[in-house]
Amino acid sequence: MAVEQSTPANRSSKPVRPGARRFRPLPAILGLVWFLVAFYPVYYMFTTSLRTQAGFLEGSLWLPPVQPTLENYVSVINNGIGLYFVNSLFVTVLTVALIVFVSFLGAYAIARIPSRIVRIVFNVFLLGLAIPLQAAIIPIYVLITRMGLYDTLFGLIPPQVAFGVPLTVLILVNFIRDIPNELYDSMVLDGAGHARLLRSLVFPLSRPALITVVIYNALQVWNNFLFPLILTQSPNVATLPLALQQFQGQYGVNVPGLMAAVFLSVLPIIVLYVVARRQLLGGLTAGFGK
Amino acid sequence: MTQRLNWTVSLMLIPAIAFFLVFALGPLIAAVYISFLNWDGVSAPTWAGLDNWTRAFSDPVTLHSIFLTVQVMALSWIIQTPISLLLGVFLAGYQRYRAVLSVFYFLPLLFSAVAIGLIWSSSMLSPDGALNTLLRSVGASSLAQNWLGDPSIALYAVIVVIAWQFIPFHTLLYQAGARQIPQVLYEAARIDGANATQRFFHITLPQLRYTIVTSTILILTGSLTYFDVIFVMTGGGPGFATRILPLQMYITAFQNAQLGYGSAIAVILAIAGVALSLFLLRITGFGEMESQAEGL
Repeated sequence: MAVEQSTPANRSSKPVRPGARRFRPLPAILGLVWFLVAFYPVYYMFTTSLRTQAGFLEGSLWLPPVQPTLENYVSVINNGIGLYFVNSLFVTVLTVALIVFVSFLGAYAIARIPSRIVRIVFNVFLLGLAIPLQAAIIPIYVLITRMGLYDTLFGLIPPQVAFGVPLTVLILVNFIRDIPNELYDSMVLDGAGHARLLRSLVFPLSRPALITVVIYNALQVWNNFLFPLILTQSPNVATLPLALQQFQGQYGVNVPGLMAAVFLSVLPIIVLYVVARRQLLGGLTAGFGK
Repeated sequence: MTQRLNWTVSLMLIPAIAFFLVFALGPLIAAVYISFLNWDGVSAPTWAGLDNWTRAFSDPVTLHSIFLTVQVMALSWIIQTPISLLLGVFLAGYQRYRAVLSVFYFLPLLFSAVAIGLIWSSSMLSPDGALNTLLRSVGASSLAQNWLGDPSIALYAVIVVIAWQFIPFHTLLYQAGARQIPQVLYEAARIDGANATQRFFHITLPQLRYTIVTSTILILTGSLTYFDVIFVMTGGGPGFATRILPLQMYITAFQNAQLGYGSAIAVILAIAGVALSLFLLRITGFGEMESQAEGL
């Protein structure tokens, strides 16, 4: 790789961001290769979903079908994907609301009380980050069954709240700690209690962190497969990922139908990605990206 | 006054602790207890002593699962680390075309593991799927395989799909890491006449060491929890070819109704995960990161 490969076009006097100076062909070529690897399966999934079941095997690998059909989407929608969508939405909204609410209160307490017990609690949460879901799933199954919540949407919520809380608390504590003490003091002098501190100081100031944890947890819950797999069995309480997996059996060789279902299941997140890519990617590496 | 204030604030911790204890930490501890029971989940459990544990380390299927899990772990690291690192450094550049490419690179991050499993198993890697069609169209029919149906290939196919699933996440970590490298280091190296390759090995790589450690820990401990993609694509088959430990746990507990034995496997998973992270933190001195970073 040669050092000097800057093109005349790049030698403008305008200040440029570091690294934006030169165009190197080798990275660009490798970058395009990876573009194919990363994007082609997604592209092929989408074009397949627009083909008829009879003709999809003869279809081009690269070009979209000449006569795209929506029949697969109609079939998937008639098959009740709307219900699974609503189920997933219900579980995701309730779970994320609970995670963020209890973690927000907890993080406030941890950030504001300089006590040993609170520090121990915080460390226990940190430990919780290391618990793999699978390690606890058998007792969770027993517990949810005993609570009479087996095979209900409500049974999916508490365990996912429990596994969402540690990272959420961690992120929020780090953020709330950075709020200057003087702000609290001046509000306390004005006679503000915890409710008002939370509502009109901590909540507005932690908004970026709250957006991050909402996105992170929403994706986790929306895409979760293990809990629905183990804690539900009836089709009417299936969430999207579980329903997709069961479509596989139902649709069998109808690959275009299956791909239409896959596409519909990822569509809401793709829309979110288009409108809020930065926040979404930030939320995904929450707690790891430093 | 402050005392009373602290007391009411402590109450705010209770909901978070309650959820965590009842539905995460408690179950983990209960799994240890259940691992000493004979229990099908329906009839009354009986005490099994160490039976499940001796079985876990003598049952050829479980031992095979452990072997597969270690293989998945090692190969995942070997595949994912260099690709993610290079892509991360590539995307750390602010060139416009790289920003555009990154939009597509990160797409797999949005997909549920089930969606990814289905895309690959039914349209990419199936016997008449895109990959084989492509190979046949370029005259390499002999390379076409039953990727997920051949026991000698299935594990590698699964590892590749898992890499496809997780490389974007690690790329994101490396991108963030690479963007934090002080630009002056590169300027200085350039003045000293270092070429791009030298700059990569002498500046980028050492500067990324903490990102490498983070990413490594996440890949290695993460490979103990790969479940969804494999479950959807192969169900652990053909035969036992892709039945890694989490699948063996699931099949034992929920398909064969052996909750005690399944719990023993689950506890092995948990211990392996914690031990692995502690070990990695230890040997990499990651715990001292802050002090080192300050001394920079």
